[in-house]
Amino acid sequence: MRIASVVLVVAAVLAAPSAYAEDLAVKIGVMSDMSGLYSDLGGPGSVAAAKLAIEDFNPAAHGMKVDLVTGDMLNKPDVGSNLARQWFDVDHVDMIVDVPNSGVALAVNEVAREKNKVFIVSGAATSDLTGPKCSPNTVHWTYDTWMLANGTGKALVKTGGDTWFFVTADYAFGHALERDTTAVVVANGGKVLGSVSVPLNTPDFSSFLLQAQASKAKIIGLANAGGDTINSIKQGAEFGIVSGGQHFAGLLVFITDVNSLGLKTAQGLVLTSTWYWDMTDANRAWTKRWQALMPGKLPSMVQAGVYSGVTHYLKAVAALKAASDGKAVVAKMKEMPTDDPLFGKGTIRADGRKIHPAYLFEVKKPEESKYPGDYYKLRATIPADEAFRPMKDDHCPLVSSN
Amino acid sequence: MFEIFGIPSQALFGQLLLGLINGSFYALLSLGLAVIFGMLNIINFTHGAQYMMGAFAAYMLLQYLGLNYWVALIVVPILVGITGIVIERLFLKRIQNLDHLYGLILTFGLALIIEGLFRNYYGSSGQPYQIPDELRGGRNLGFMFLPNYRAWVIAASLVVCFGTWFAIERTRLGSYLRAATENPTLVRAFGINVPRMVTLTYGFGVALAALAGVMAAPIYNVSPQMGSDIIIVVFAVVVIGGMGSIMGAILTGFALGIVEGLTKVFFPEASNTVIFAIMILVLLVRPAGLFGRGV
Amino acid sequence: MASAADAPVLPGHRDTPRGLAVAAIVMILFLIVAPFVLYPIFLMKALCFALFACAFNLLLGYVGLLSFGHALYFGWASYVAAYAAKSWGLSPELAILAGTATAAGLGIIAGIVAIRRQGIYFAMITLALAQMMYLVALRVKFTGGEDGIQAVPRGHLFGVFDLGVEMNMYVFVTLLVLAALFLIYRIIDSPFGEVLRAIRENEQRAISLGYRTDRYKLVAFVLSATLAGLAGATKALVFQLASLTDVHWTMSGEVVLMTLVGGLGTVFGPIVGAFLIVAMENYLAPFGQWVLVIQGGIFVVCVLVFRRGIVGELAHRLRVRL
Repeated sequence: MRIASVVLVVAAVLAAPSAYAEDLAVKIGVMSDMSGLYSDLGGPGSVAAAKLAIEDFNPAAHGMKVDLVTGDMLNKPDVGSNLARQWFDVDHVDMIVDVPNSGVALAVNEVAREKNKVFIVSGAATSDLTGPKCSPNTVHWTYDTWMLANGTGKALVKTGGDTWFFVTADYAFGHALERDTTAVVVANGGKVLGSVSVPLNTPDFSSFLLQAQASKAKIIGLANAGGDTINSIKQGAEFGIVSGGQHFAGLLVFITDVNSLGLKTAQGLVLTSTWYWDMTDANRAWTKRWQALMPGKLPSMVQAGVYSGVTHYLKAVAALKAASDGKAVVAKMKEMPTDDPLFGKGTIRADGRKIHPAYLFEVKKPEESKYPGDYYKLRATIPADEAFRPMKDDHCPLVSSN
Repeated sequence: MFEIFGIPSQALFGQLLLGLINGSFYALLSLGLAVIFGMLNIINFTHGAQYMMGAFAAYMLLQYLGLNYWVALIVVPILVGITGIVIERLFLKRIQNLDHLYGLILTFGLALIIEGLFRNYYGSSGQPYQIPDELRGGRNLGFMFLPNYRAWVIAASLVVCFGTWFAIERTRLGSYLRAATENPTLVRAFGINVPRMVTLTYGFGVALAALAGVMAAPIYNVSPQMGSDIIIVVFAVVVIGGMGSIMGAILTGFALGIVEGLTKVFFPEASNTVIFAIMILVLLVRPAGLFGRGV
Repeated sequence: MASAADAPVLPGHRDTPRGLAVAAIVMILFLIVAPFVLYPIFLMKALCFALFACAFNLLLGYVGLLSFGHALYFGWASYVAAYAAKSWGLSPELAILAGTATAAGLGIIAGIVAIRRQGIYFAMITLALAQMMYLVALRVKFTGGEDGIQAVPRGHLFGVFDLGVEMNMYVFVTLLVLAALFLIYRIIDSPFGEVLRAIRENEQRAISLGYRTDRYKLVAFVLSATLAGLAGATKALVFQLASLTDVHWTMSGEVVLMTLVGGLGTVFGPIVGAFLIVAMENYLAPFGQWVLVIQGGIFVVCVLVFRRGIVGELAHRLRVRL
């Protein structure tokens, strides 16, 4: 009897650790701009979104254990690339998500490819990520410069804005956005009268705006984002640009920018987005939960994209029961159709592009807004199969026809 | 609207105006540096950070105490000037007998600390500061559009710069200052409290920087790195002008601002670097600087 | 930096460099063992910065010229090496050579302009020159502006050794840096180095003795710039990236910090300083902007109470030359 109970205890002790050994450990890194000009549209809000995604996925029920680390890439490619390297090499991170800076995203794209890990880009815009720089380890979520150009750009040209002048953020994102929008303007019969490249995070746009004013273009295309867009629009008012008859085209405007500008300044701005907090009940419910973690803020499409991307990643890892082979996980993500409360049903293409519809919004006038955050009215819906660049035009080595 | 050298007048005068505004800030800041260098023989690398503190102080006064721009113009230079006095007493006095390069390194370190603290608190993107209502809007002069606030900046800087020059070169207090620079021991023997004059001079130089910061707040976004971006250009201005004279610093500041503005019109890619290129030229031809005395 | 009270104890170069030999052995042993314990990329980064700091120290500690714009040579060499390896497809040793040559060229031009003034003016001029070249790097196409030059291939050393293998790269970097450090030591300990020290102590006297001090200063300047460039070019291959950070004035400030903390005018000071500062930044990376504050604080403390630096203080206490 004594021997039997000892054997039972020993067996129990031996059996217990193996229960832990079955849990698959996954580590996710949210790399974003935590303190700079993109910190509102990504930053801590992206971290909150990732936390919600992990919570909703319920790792324990799938026999998984998910850890989250966060990092600030300071909008510098060397910082981002070093951090990615360190995370992958030393800290055993399996997947990096967000990175709202195209230059940094391109750098991290290379590191993820080299180390065979997963990179889900929610924040960065350059369409090169599914173009010449496409990778079997990377999925480009939320939006890209081609979609923006074909949303906002096309809409503006069609309503009479046929001469353009670009004020471009002088790095990967700005150049990609200017390039893609120029193509749309020209294809629709418009003309680009000139452009000026502005260093990222420039405080004073006045001399660039003066050049835009001198060009007499009907539309001043702002190929920049975040703090840069806000400054351009605010300082434009100082020099009487809009009263002089020219219009600003915010090619990438987030709800956080509209918030900063205020409806009085931002009213009438036309913008393209793939997610708006007030569009569906599911969005509203999620926003409430997100705001519990980020009081006083409004979620952007980037942060919603982080939630959606992390959710689908975890589903793919659960289906594969392994996270170490980045290529395999991404292949599984492309194989499985996506479905989450925020973006609904969608797919990921062979070039890594996540497909979902895009929406053309117009910013409401102050008197049209009934409650805090009620900023947009829907002008048009661009169906999913038209919203993004056709694969044949990608020049992506992964796609056999390119 | 007429054209000069193929450039529409609105563009040309617009850029000249912006250049004059930049020049106002260069003049104010290089004036402060020249005053401090004259008395203490140190290059105040912290000058840029103190300019930034001035802008942030104006922002904070508005944000937390609801005090407007006009109050800030008076209060902020005094407040930041006091922090300057504290720095001088705590740090600069101790190293005044060492090689001057240590002064540069110390003030560089202080600049890093100040910028780092503000970055920690406010992030690295800018804080908005509105143009005061009295100065909003602008005037269409026909050949250009003149925003009221920018006109004010130029006018105010001219007044402050020439006021300072007058105080130093033409008043009795100024003459004590200049004498103490040449021969502190002798001046002390006359019963004048030289250390206190040194401290107050440093405080005054810092106050000038802070004043420039307040004036800059509505135009340039209030951000922690605004100081370091501008201070290096001001160094070049100071090298070009030569550290010898107050008037030299003022004139060089305004002149270089105008040159920068003109370059933006005719040769935009070079506009950032033209001041440095001029510095190289001046160094090759006249190493002491345009208004400098000896090497 | 001419105050004799601050200069480290230098018992004459004919004495047996016992302290130096011991320190060198310790360092080599450390470098042999370290990659198995610490992250090799961190070690390579520290080695490149150690070389950068030693090159900088050549100018500051031994000639007494404070260059506040040394990032110019470091960064531009890094850009050229990266571009050479990526777009011209040069093998790593040629890419590094290209970068180093660029730094030498820039050093000659900058030196001719800057040597005309001394002391504070010299510092301000070097700072302004570096800033000008930073703004140029921002605009010029080949540097990639904000994005930098990415995905730089490490290639095959001499066509044989694959530097993509981490250990190979580590051995290469270590040998290269050690060789360069030895070169610096030989420069310091030569008759040329003696003249440099004489110029630092009392330039007028050196002139009166018949030395063309301007020439000596220029040569020292160019040597310093070239070796800084070597460090930058190597770093570009280690990280496979060249970016604006390498030409920014904060990089110039960092090398001043490393040298100051480690010990001006000592042989091993800058090396220790470099390792320390790189480690500190690594450790503090999650704390973001506190790095700036702490760096500033270290500057202030060092200038006020710790002018000899770590190695300098050690050398002073032990009465050896380090």
